[in-house]
This record gives sequence, C-alpha cells and structure tokens, in this order.
Amino acid sequence: MQKDSLILDARNLKKLFKTKRGIVEAVVDVSLKAYRGEIVGLLGPNGAGKTTTLRMLITLLKPTEGEVFINGINVLTNGHEARRHMGYVAQGGSSDPDCTVMEELLTQARLYGIGPKQAYERALYLCKKLELTDFKDRLIKTLSGGQKRRLEVALGLVHNPPLIFLDEPTTGLDPQTRANLWEHIKSLKGEGTTVLLTTHYLDEADALCDRIVIMDHGKVVAEGTPEELKNQIAGDVVIINVARATQDYVDLLMQLPKVREVKFHHSEIHLTVNNIEQAILDILRVSDSSNTELLSIRFSKPTLDEVFFRLTGRSLREGENDA
Amino acid sequence: MLKTKLFKILTESALIFHRELLQSLRNRVWVVIGLMQPVLFLVFFGPLLTRITSIPGFPARNAWQIFVPGLLVQLGLFSSAFVGFSLLEDIRNGVVERMRVTPASRLALLMGRVARDAIVLLAQSGILLLVALPFGLTAALPGLLVSMVLVVLTGISMASLSYGAAMILKSEDSLAPMLNAITVPLLLLSGILLPMSLAPTWLFDLAHINPFFYVVQALRSAFLGNFDSSNFVQGSVVSILLTAVSILFGFATFMRENV
Repeated sequence: MQKDSLILDARNLKKLFKTKRGIVEAVVDVSLKAYRGEIVGLLGPNGAGKTTTLRMLITLLKPTEGEVFINGINVLTNGHEARRHMGYVAQGGSSDPDCTVMEELLTQARLYGIGPKQAYERALYLCKKLELTDFKDRLIKTLSGGQKRRLEVALGLVHNPPLIFLDEPTTGLDPQTRANLWEHIKSLKGEGTTVLLTTHYLDEADALCDRIVIMDHGKVVAEGTPEELKNQIAGDVVIINVARATQDYVDLLMQLPKVREVKFHHSEIHLTVNNIEQAILDILRVSDSSNTELLSIRFSKPTLDEVFFRLTGRSLREGENDA
Repeated sequence: MLKTKLFKILTESALIFHRELLQSLRNRVWVVIGLMQPVLFLVFFGPLLTRITSIPGFPARNAWQIFVPGLLVQLGLFSSAFVGFSLLEDIRNGVVERMRVTPASRLALLMGRVARDAIVLLAQSGILLLVALPFGLTAALPGLLVSMVLVVLTGISMASLSYGAAMILKSEDSLAPMLNAITVPLLLLSGILLPMSLAPTWLFDLAHINPFFYVVQALRSAFLGNFDSSNFVQGSVVSILLTAVSILFGFATFMRENV
C-alpha cells in the first residue's frame, strides 16, 4: 500500500442535537483527513465538538450530515465492516477492574472474530509490545495508572487496525508515565498505524503529532503541522530593548515587511514577525539608520499555546479546569 | 448467510457469557448469598404458611405446592431484576462502550449477560427445589422441570428489562428507585406469597394486569401436573410473550446510539 494512502476521510460532518431548549449545533462543519502512519491531533477547548466528532467517526453517533470513510469503507452504510478497521481507546478507561489483563485482551480479540489460537498469540504479542508481560495474569484493579492505560491501548490494537483513536490518552498520568506512553504511541506510527488523538496538552500535541487540527465552536479553525501553525498563526517574536524609543523609530519598525505586530511591554518592544532571520537584519538596519541604541535583542519561538489562544481567544489550560 | 450470522451471535454470546460467569464465580460471597436466599425463605417463611391452609379460600392442597411455585417466581423476579447494577458498573468502566465499537452483535452483548443470569437462576431454583423436598413438597418431576423452564423465562425477562433500564438511566440513583417501584407491586399483585384466591374481588381483578400473576398460576398447575389446564397454557403463553418483548426492549437499548 502507498505510504500516503488515505486512512480516515471525514467530509463535512454536521451534528445537531434536539434539546429542551431547542436545537444545538454540536458540530457545524468538520472535515478531517488522516494518512497512513500519521499522528493527527484534534485540539479544541471544551464544547468545541471534539467528542461529538470522535463519536461520529467510531460509529457510536450518526451524523446529521456528512460522510466518513475509514480505510475506504463508508462508516455510515457499512459500519459493521468499518469497525474492523479502527480501534478506539476511550478517555475514562475501558477495562474491567475484576478481570485479568489476558482475559480482557482475549475477550476483546475474540469479539473481533479472531480465532482462539491467534487471539492468544496476539494477546501475548501485545503484552510484550506494551510492557505488560509481567502483569498479564494480574487483576486489572491491581495495575498502576500507566499500566492500565497501556492495557487499554493494547485493547484498541487487538485486531491490528490501520487506524486507532485515542481520546485524551495521557490525562491523569504523571510526567514520566506520560513520556513512556508517548514512546509507545510513536512506535505505532513506525508500524504504519495511523493515530488520531485528542488532547488537552499542547506540549503533547507538539511532541507527538505530525499534524494538528484545531476545532472551535463545532468547526475546524486551523490545520497544519505544529511548525506551520506556529509560523502562520503565531509567528516568531523578537524582543528588543532600546535606550530610548522614539515614535519615528516605532513607525519605521511597523513598516518593515516581515513585521506583523508591534507591542510595548514596559521598556521592551515585542515584534511579531513572519521570517525571523530576515526580520532581525531589518531591525538592526532600522535601528542603525535611526541612531537608536539597541541594548538587547532576543527571540522567542512561538508555542502552540499562543496559536491556540489566537485562534480561540481561550487558553487550553482554562478549558481543562471545566472538564 | 443467516446460519453464519446466527452462529456469530451464538459465539459472541458465549464469549460474553463466559466472561460474566467468571466474574460471578470470582465473587464467591455473592454466589453463596444468592444461593442462600431462597433457602432462607423456605426455612423461615414456609412453616408459617403450613398453618394457614385451613383459612377459607385457601386452595385445598399441600401448602408447599402453593408456596414453592410462588417462591420460584419470586426468585426469578428478584434475583434478575437487579442485574442492571452490574451493567452500570461496566458502563462506568467503559467496557460497554469498548465492546460497542467492535463488530460484535449487540444482541450478543445483551444475551451473553442474560445467559449468565439464567444459569445462576437455574442453579438457585434447583437448590430451592431440592431443599423443599424434605420439607414435604410433593410434585412430579415433569412438573418441576417445566416449572424451572418458566422460572428461567421469568428471569430472562426481568434481566433484559433491568439491563435495558440501566442502559437508558445510566445511574444507580435512578435505577434503584425505578426497580423498587416496579418489582414491589409486581410481587404483591402476583399471588406469590399467598394465593390470590384469598383476595377481595377488586384486588383479584387488579392482579390480572400483572403478567407474573399468570406465571405463578401456571407454575402451581405444573406442580400438580395439570399441563392441559387453562391456567398453565395461559401462564406459559404470557411468559413466552413477556420474554420476547423484554429481550426486544433490551436489544433496542443496546442498539441505540448514545450521546
């Protein structure tokens, strides 16, 4: 199969809910694509429509409008078959505390129609892959948070799907456990599995995702690689300190072609620029020609937090508290 | 095509059944309590009943032949009515959702659980009958076997309804009062504890809207070996219809998309 083959193709999804207070547009218009071996992050503040979108993709919710194809299979008309081509790891967990690791893996594999022998081999393989071999006969309630999460990822992978959905995979895990899970998620990509994850953590999206889709108010508001989003939406920031900033000097800075925005912070001038290398040369030139003494110059790389804030007017951290 | 589909549903039901049974057996305390309950009724309540057979209106026969069928139906009602709580736990743990995104048949997800409840009930009613024999229960074997089938059907109905209610309500706080609100009138209006022939007319008439009233009557006829009595036929038909409707209801709640 081609490396760039399309695994997930959701087109113009829309979902209306009828409530007592009238019709709510949970998802207005969402189109999503994910290619083979890609990690796509779905980001958005609470109420943006991420969960509703996810539920439409995994056959648990029927879209009001739109189409979803997974591995070329129409999810709406052939949901039964489509389920074989995707795995889903729910946010709040998905395993029974009173079962053992192997029992859960075996039941799940068999529910996908895998024969007893292959199911057993697959379960052992996944235990090994996700570092669960030592706990395979333990009751799930005795596992740590990280072990349980790895088991749940394994449960989503029992049928070796080309696409796996991870809903907030690292919520509630300590930093070390998170980093460990990230490694496992990255290794999926190496095997050609496509991952679509939702997350509250922008550092997670930055570290893991090849591509990020930001949603707000039921719509996709931005899409691209983390770098693209940072450059296009946030831009690099150059921070300069000058001995004395005249109005003429500031006007000159504003007129520079690469400069998008100029802001004052006390004695500092913050310049949001498109192309940092070009912009620095311009700033030095302007300072020189206007006889303005530069005391210091430093740069700040944009973060996804900034991208997010610019797009949604909210910080993702604020949203987290409502969850 | 149909045959492979049926086979798939059966295999998947068996998987769920196996999983659920394992869970039940792991909880040994509950197994013992579940089995003890009917025996307690026999020992602590039965002897009271043997004294009142002389009251006018009480059917002229061995008190145990009145009491044990009622107790069997009560067992079917109560041991199965509360199984929804175990499903709520699975819903909360995300297990139900996990299984719902697999290609497994939704009917199997329900029936595997119901089958576990049926087996537990079968064991409980078997024990109940065995313990009742030394107390003085006299009944023919065919009657006892047919009764057990009817009891299991009762249990299947109640379990399906309970799971369906759990799928819709999704919380203990609403499920518990609802089950109590339904099961208590069902019990009182069924003639389970005392025969409805003792009741005044209005109560007797009211009992006729309760399906379990007919089931109890059918069981009492079966104990006497009266398989061609109208009571037996009526009760069996009601029982089968109730089972079918309940399973359909439970199935519909598993098919439902949830938000």
